[in-house]
Amino acid sequence: MKELSLNILDISMNSVKAGAENILIKLVETADTLTLTIKDDGCGMSEDTVKNVMNPFYTTRTTRKVGLGVPLLKLAAEQTGGGITISSVSEKDNPDEHGTTVTAEFFKNHLDFTPLGDIVSTVTTLIQGSPDREWRFEHILDGGSVELDTKELREILGDVPLDNYEVIKWIEGYLREGYESVNNV
Amino acid sequence: MKSLAELAAIRDKMKDKVVLREGSGEIRVVVGMATCGIAAGARPVLNAFVEGVSNAGLAEKVTVSQTGCIGVCQYEPVVEIFEADKEKVTYIKMTAEKAAEVIEKHLKGGKVIQEYTISNAIS
Repeated sequence: MKELSLNILDISMNSVKAGAENILIKLVETADTLTLTIKDDGCGMSEDTVKNVMNPFYTTRTTRKVGLGVPLLKLAAEQTGGGITISSVSEKDNPDEHGTTVTAEFFKNHLDFTPLGDIVSTVTTLIQGSPDREWRFEHILDGGSVELDTKELREILGDVPLDNYEVIKWIEGYLREGYESVNNV
Repeated sequence: MKSLAELAAIRDKMKDKVVLREGSGEIRVVVGMATCGIAAGARPVLNAFVEGVSNAGLAEKVTVSQTGCIGVCQYEPVVEIFEADKEKVTYIKMTAEKAAEVIEKHLKGGKVIQEYTISNAIS
């Protein structure tokens, strides 16, 4: 993947497929690290499955026999000296509180750090594709933070769906302006 | 600064339109957004369709959605176009530029761009 934001898009799709109602994408940056957390309340995975998702030849899909999403994120993190952890509680084991959390740590000053890229485009793509889920995005940087919560938007929007084109454009503009004001600090 | 008041204005504007939208989606544009598609550049292709369809005034007729792996990863980004009573058209190795062309010629003009289809690649 050319941008970390593409890995984030890809991994977040797993949360959608897991039937999550709430998905959090959180980025925390310091001078030399970037920590990514993707947390969902989807169906979760058994312990065995958690072990298997690191393996590129494991997939739940039937159209082909390799699942590269998690291995690619792992590679992107490890090649900077960081790594990933996955914790998950399956719905079977705990019907009341289940879901998956993927955490990845990157060292930004490493030569092999993949730039974050167009994260705004990733967030709008996710909301456009799955407007029925609640998305929370937080990016904490040195100069401040950029945040978006679809629950808050929905309260204002009422019956107008989140994938309405003007709403998507508003979200895109809102996030881009958020980044501009953080960068200008 | 983008304000929440702007969002409320969008809501008020859409109030009358929501009813009109029902029964829409005569044409469905589906973009493959699995790992293979994303790595090959599906994100800008999807965005080009979302933006282009709206700008071309086709939003009432065309819906743009995402799907997982279509199974032909070597041809990603792949875009499928479904239209009632017509055969499915599969465009391969798509780019944002090709997407703009597909909107203009196929979605607006009704003419399939054979050159970009999978049947052109395998025949």
